[in-house]
Amino acid sequence: MTLHTLTIHEAGDLLRSRDISAVELTTAVLDRMSVVDDLVRAYITRLEDRAIAMAEEADRRLAAGDDGPLVGIPIALKDVLCLAGEPTTAASRILEHFVPPYSATVVKRLEAAGAVFVGKTNLDEFAMGSSTEHSAFFPTHNPWNLDMVPGGSSGGSAAAVAADMALASLGSDTGGSIRQPASLCGVVGFKPSYGRVSRYGLLAFASSLDQIGPFTKDVTDCAIMLQALAGHDPMDSTTARVPVPNYAEALQGDLRGVRLGVPKEYFVEGLQPGMEDMVRGAIAALRDLGAEIVDVSLPSTRYALATYYIIAPAEASANLARYDGIKYGYSAGVPSMWENYNLTRGAGFGDEVKRRIMIGTYALSEGYADQYYRQAQKARTIIKAEFDEVFRTCDALVSPVSPIVAFPLGQKLSDPYQMYLCDICTLPANIAGVAGVSVPCGMLEGLPVGLQVQAPAFSESVALRVAYAFEQSGHFVAPAKPELVASLAEG
Amino acid sequence: MIARSDVQKVAALARLELSEDQLERMTTELGAILEHIATLSELRTDHIGPTSQVLDLHNVLREDSERPSLPVEAVLANAPDREEDYFRVRAILE
Repeated sequence: MTLHTLTIHEAGDLLRSRDISAVELTTAVLDRMSVVDDLVRAYITRLEDRAIAMAEEADRRLAAGDDGPLVGIPIALKDVLCLAGEPTTAASRILEHFVPPYSATVVKRLEAAGAVFVGKTNLDEFAMGSSTEHSAFFPTHNPWNLDMVPGGSSGGSAAAVAADMALASLGSDTGGSIRQPASLCGVVGFKPSYGRVSRYGLLAFASSLDQIGPFTKDVTDCAIMLQALAGHDPMDSTTARVPVPNYAEALQGDLRGVRLGVPKEYFVEGLQPGMEDMVRGAIAALRDLGAEIVDVSLPSTRYALATYYIIAPAEASANLARYDGIKYGYSAGVPSMWENYNLTRGAGFGDEVKRRIMIGTYALSEGYADQYYRQAQKARTIIKAEFDEVFRTCDALVSPVSPIVAFPLGQKLSDPYQMYLCDICTLPANIAGVAGVSVPCGMLEGLPVGLQVQAPAFSESVALRVAYAFEQSGHFVAPAKPELVASLAEG
Repeated sequence: MIARSDVQKVAALARLELSEDQLERMTTELGAILEHIATLSELRTDHIGPTSQVLDLHNVLREDSERPSLPVEAVLANAPDREEDYFRVRAILE
């Protein structure tokens, strides 16, 4: 049995019936990692010993009759989530040797649910990027074609699940960093509404935009993960006191009575040839499932990129001010106070991080704050109001996730703005705080394409319902994944 | 477009040491990015209020009750420079 290819719900059934043990399952995943990750490079830190210890604990819980859906399930964590006692690097030199003294709330929730942590995954440094090429350590490769990027910034988490090196993983999404890599890697990736999941223990990038969410192999697993993650947290004052529904109830299979809006502004000129037809084909399948499809407009979509690239860097410039070599992290070690600040941060941060800190500092500086930052906050009001308006007449929106499929490593590094364009369809959801999911809907040139479903804030169930119905319809059946092991044998 | 002197000022504000080469590249790259971002000025926002956070949360407080905190050893474990139970820092004033 190829245990590493199981989904959470399949593995859970076998674990609860005691047909397999948690240690067997974790060992299979760790074996898979040892064979395949030298090619994919999804992991910064492999947690072999801790994983086995957690699996043994899971087996004790299973033997005692614990039937929780995540007991014994091997999960990977984006290396921007604090796990006490293990390195948490943000894929940055400035935190290369940082070991957090506490775990993030989402990490504690998964631990309490009996999950097993198999490793910390690679990302664009401090979650800033769309390809994982800005990791200070190494890039991650797309399991569907190793010459291509997995997307970003949660590229490692997406690739780990796509390559069966974890049954699920956690990522973070500030401008698309879960949904875009999910689309490029052919897995399900969910960005919850802002305030749905605690950010406590997430190394902050942009505090009004960041959300943590799961990568899974199917929508059923996604609902299981969201159930464990969602909810108010006294440690994060930006979490909402909105009750968490039973997400499994959303997995119905048909869409009668559901009204889906197709925002015309998302079908931009820059869409790769074939992308529009593929997404519209998926939308037609949703109609066959009983949904009413209507054309809608979000006129300010074209301002989302500029709005995001002012607000996010501005917030980042404040959040990354703490990396100063005083309480933790890299220190240049020169005797003068201010020189040490400058050299520590100059050497510790990579180019993209420095670019964003600079843009943010500029946008907030005297003489420019009104023109840039305040204008962007007003644009945010307009963009959010347009979503609120459109959701008065639609239950959810359907659209592309990314204008393009996975692109070659190195292709977009010479012009930062080209990289930013990867996120034009995903940024609006972060700006407005709504929920968004990417579900696989096709293959173009042998590379995965995702369908995006956006739902109103705290309506994750609606997004899950649409994604599940689509997945179960059979409109798209994923092809067999590339035999990564074979390419190892050839190489 | 952004002047090289502005880039230097911003780098100083952000406490980022940039080499001559980096300063050159940053001036070009930031200039290009700012040009794209400047399109936001097209949006009419005269009667629009700013949104800093999408949730309608205000002054989220908790009871001022004592709770266990992180042990001092844990807090100091990552310190680049420590002395007894203190973070050792450089002189701010000479």
